[in-house]
Amino acid sequence: MAKTDKNTAPAGKGLSAKLMGMTDTNLLLTITVIVFFLMYICAVAFLRGGFLKPQTFFLILNSNAALIILACGMSLVMITGGIDISVGGVTALVSMCCAVYLDYKGGNVFGAILIALAIGLAFGAIQGLMVAYLDIQPFIVTLAGMFFAKGMTTVVNSSPFNVANEAFVALKTTRINVPGLGSVNKKGIFVPAYVEIGVLVAILIVIVMFVLLRWTKLGRNFYAVGGNKQSALMLGINVKRTKFLSHLICGLLAGIGGFVYFLHVGSGSPSNAAGAEMDAIASSIIGGTMLTGGVGNVVGTFFGVLSLSTIQNIVSSIGFDEAWWTGITKAAMLCLFLLVQSVVMSVRKKRNSAG
Amino acid sequence: MANGENVKKSSSGSWKNLIRNQCFIPIAALLLLAVFNLIADPSFFKITLGYNSAGDPVLSGFIINIINNGSELAILAIGMTLVTAASGGQDISVGAAIAIAGSVILRVLCGGNARPETLQAPIIVAFLVACVVAMLFGAFNGVLVAYFKIQPMIATLILYTAGRSIAAWINNNELPVISDPKFAYFGGFIPGIPIPTPCFIAIACMIVIGIVLKVTNLRLYTQAVGINQSSSKLNGLNPELIKVMAFVILGLCVAVAGLIKVSRVSSINYSVIAKDIEMDAILAVALGGNALSGGKFSMAASIIGAFVIQFLTTTLYKFGVPATALPAYKAVVVILLVIVSAPTVREYFDTMMKKMKLKKEVA
Repeated sequence: MAKTDKNTAPAGKGLSAKLMGMTDTNLLLTITVIVFFLMYICAVAFLRGGFLKPQTFFLILNSNAALIILACGMSLVMITGGIDISVGGVTALVSMCCAVYLDYKGGNVFGAILIALAIGLAFGAIQGLMVAYLDIQPFIVTLAGMFFAKGMTTVVNSSPFNVANEAFVALKTTRINVPGLGSVNKKGIFVPAYVEIGVLVAILIVIVMFVLLRWTKLGRNFYAVGGNKQSALMLGINVKRTKFLSHLICGLLAGIGGFVYFLHVGSGSPSNAAGAEMDAIASSIIGGTMLTGGVGNVVGTFFGVLSLSTIQNIVSSIGFDEAWWTGITKAAMLCLFLLVQSVVMSVRKKRNSAG
Repeated sequence: MANGENVKKSSSGSWKNLIRNQCFIPIAALLLLAVFNLIADPSFFKITLGYNSAGDPVLSGFIINIINNGSELAILAIGMTLVTAASGGQDISVGAAIAIAGSVILRVLCGGNARPETLQAPIIVAFLVACVVAMLFGAFNGVLVAYFKIQPMIATLILYTAGRSIAAWINNNELPVISDPKFAYFGGFIPGIPIPTPCFIAIACMIVIGIVLKVTNLRLYTQAVGINQSSSKLNGLNPELIKVMAFVILGLCVAVAGLIKVSRVSSINYSVIAKDIEMDAILAVALGGNALSGGKFSMAASIIGAFVIQFLTTTLYKFGVPATALPAYKAVVVILLVIVSAPTVREYFDTMMKKMKLKKEVA
């Protein structure tokens, strides 16, 4: 297989040459984006039903805004060659602390946001210190972080409850209409499509992270450290500080994501965001970030989250709506992307080494 | 005893050797916990012989609890150590795989009927089927890791996400209940023997793996692959095959643990069974001082690590920590242990010790 590929390559079609010329990051991003659009177009074409309404798309966005933010932080850490599995726990802790602060202590929303940021930063800073300066495996450190956050959530309050704080509920129910999009309901009234505030925050963060990773020196450092620690060190990059910063930013994003999650569900509960860390990792991978480090993009992550959620919607609207299909679909999707990535990367490696 | 003087003379040397030994940290942690419990409440170590509802003799007490409940974890730690050593990564799907194995056992025993009067198949057949299924899932993980070169944690994330769903699907989302008392022997007591059966199963597994490591080249090959994959290939090993084998062995461990787990309750709860056990198993390996990046390993240290975690869990329960808050305390202890055993911290203390020695010599 590889041999025939090699022989035909120089004769070359324009497309394959172009694909070969892409960086790993861009190639994987392209695959993700194409798959997402194919999937969505197929859903619109064959399933019609809900997928014709723009609001279906925005509902996916609304319910995944927090996950997008978490996955952005996760991608950053993964690009730097680490992993952070504490983000789900931090989300649960943030939502519980904010809920208790707003409801029982009579606090205001601004204070709640500060609490969320502080918790996120604290987790990021401590984990970053241990990973970067004490040289402990990020998996173990953040595993302990997850345990700690999940345990503390129930220490703060062990039973789930809804928040009734007026200012918060007003913020939670704020809907921002998307200009020009909407659908006509049964009564013939035009209902505009809307997004929640969390979505705006998520999109803002995707943009900020994209700019940070692509056009700043710090962003380059993240890729350099993840790609090859040794050569990054020789280039004069402060590897330890870069690693620390990646965890710090991830923690901060987990705090923000936690608040956005809280804003979406409006309740504090120990079972909040269960498994969010694994969803975030899966989205990052589907978006083309590699756990080995040095490859990845937050735009891909954004599409990764959307793909993961869209396929679930598609599967349940086909009629496989028993609970277990969700897990199996997610896993199948992840498996598919991992295999595609693995095959693509190994083919590229072979070709590159062949000349 | 005769050469006591010699021992005394070289005591500083042997002390150093002791600290360098991989089993030192887990054993020290175990002793620390034991001493803590002894001071807090000596009755922790009391073992009483009672009789259960069927009138059979039964040992009970916190220590028995620890050994009993730690069995599954110790069995998993065996497989996890091999996987960690060979692939330099961890399998996070063992909890989900236990759910699958348990579900398969119940499915075979019940034959599709959720409340069977009698067992539809011998228990050994059900167990063997579960073994095959669990080993197949292990092989699936192993192939992804070895041949597709996907990071173990990510490769096993697939089964982690799907496992519990597959388990529910196998039994059509019903919760079968086995009423045959024989099935409960594996997770409870065999009439007439006061020691819980899981202990025997765990000890049997330890003996088997001990013999395998002693007789075969498994240890050598696994470590060779873990330390340097390409050089092990140059030396004529097949690193891919050895990695797959490690995952298959873990699959076998999973099936055994699954049997114990479902036998304990004679039923299954797909979303709760063996929840978070993968994290405990990985922690056991880490506590055993094994490098999570692969290479050399000490099986004994991992198994002791598993019991340290169970000891800690039981201690916390005893002090009235609610089950949901347990992880927070566990995390603190784990972090302390990991910091103490971190190479940078150890180096720092080593240089401190040397400096102090130098000062003494100068004085």
